[in-house]
Amino acid sequence: MSDTAYSNDRPDALRQGGEGSAADFFELLKPRVMSLVIFTALVGIALAPGGIHPVIGFTALLCIAVGAGASGALNMWYDADIDAKMARTANRPIPSGRVAPQEAAVFGSVLSVFSAMTMGVLVNWVAAALLAFTIFFYVAVYTMWLKRRTPQNIVIGGAAGAFPPMIGWAAVTGTVSLESIVLFAIIFMWTPPHFWALALFRSGDYEKVGVPMMPVVAGERETRRQIMIYSALLVPVTLLPGLLGFAGALYTVATAALGIGFLGLAFRVWRTAAGAAQDKAAKGLFAYSILYLFLIFSLLLVERLFGM
Amino acid sequence: MQNDEHGRHKIEAPVWTEELIERRRQRNRAIAWTLVAFIVLFFVVTIVKLGGNVANRPF
Repeated sequence: MSDTAYSNDRPDALRQGGEGSAADFFELLKPRVMSLVIFTALVGIALAPGGIHPVIGFTALLCIAVGAGASGALNMWYDADIDAKMARTANRPIPSGRVAPQEAAVFGSVLSVFSAMTMGVLVNWVAAALLAFTIFFYVAVYTMWLKRRTPQNIVIGGAAGAFPPMIGWAAVTGTVSLESIVLFAIIFMWTPPHFWALALFRSGDYEKVGVPMMPVVAGERETRRQIMIYSALLVPVTLLPGLLGFAGALYTVATAALGIGFLGLAFRVWRTAAGAAQDKAAKGLFAYSILYLFLIFSLLLVERLFGM
Repeated sequence: MQNDEHGRHKIEAPVWTEELIERRRQRNRAIAWTLVAFIVLFFVVTIVKLGGNVANRPF
């Protein structure tokens, strides 16, 4: 005799899965984050010496995009408990009940393996190893280990977001070189001021769920100071491509001007006392930081495309 | 998981409403198209990698 009985008397019987639409699963891939990943990876591919067949380049981009999406899905699976309590994330597919946690875990795992293996078989194994490491870093090191333990979470976790141009570069050359490390460093140094600006005007959310973001643990004054320090380190790093000779005068001049703007906004955040004025300054820096990174990588791309 | 009056595990059988059936159909279609795209990708990349050597093999 079986020791399992079946019934369908629970109205929420399907919470074990099977409810989500294809769009819900697509949302698990964090498409907005993915778009920045695709763009920076594309710049890595375009800048790398030697060139790549367009079909292979497209395949590399696709693998990077799917790998980034897969880590997003695994992140949402692991963080569903805190996502449910934060206004910004409460409507994500898992906390809202549209996708079951185990569905997201399987979905993310399968896509992780497929993206890295496809990269290895169709592009090269150096790029595949970097992609696999990036997924591991984002899911295991950032999401599972650091995020809930240290206010340095996004400083170290930011490395995961900085890898895509390096993977793109490796897809073309099969190697990791100084130039690709510089591209990595730009995003790596950009991440702390970007996320801490967000955390300044969202710190209530993080405090509620116990994520030790810098403003929650070290206070807003210290966060503003750290934003200023990292911004001051970021701007010289963005000028390295010109110094190392893989970017031209247009890039160097425009990036220096954009950097002055970044420093100005960071300075305003640093000198603004807590309260509504601080939120306004932090929102300004946050919005500018997205445009800033996009423009810097666009400049690199434009210079390469037009042979400048 | 709940137990019934005989102490057996109860597994809730899904109630397949029309809407849920349609969503499942939509998911299945998405998986099917993804697999087709995957096959096409491998085929195209193989041709690209072989390049001019596509017919250069012993018969």
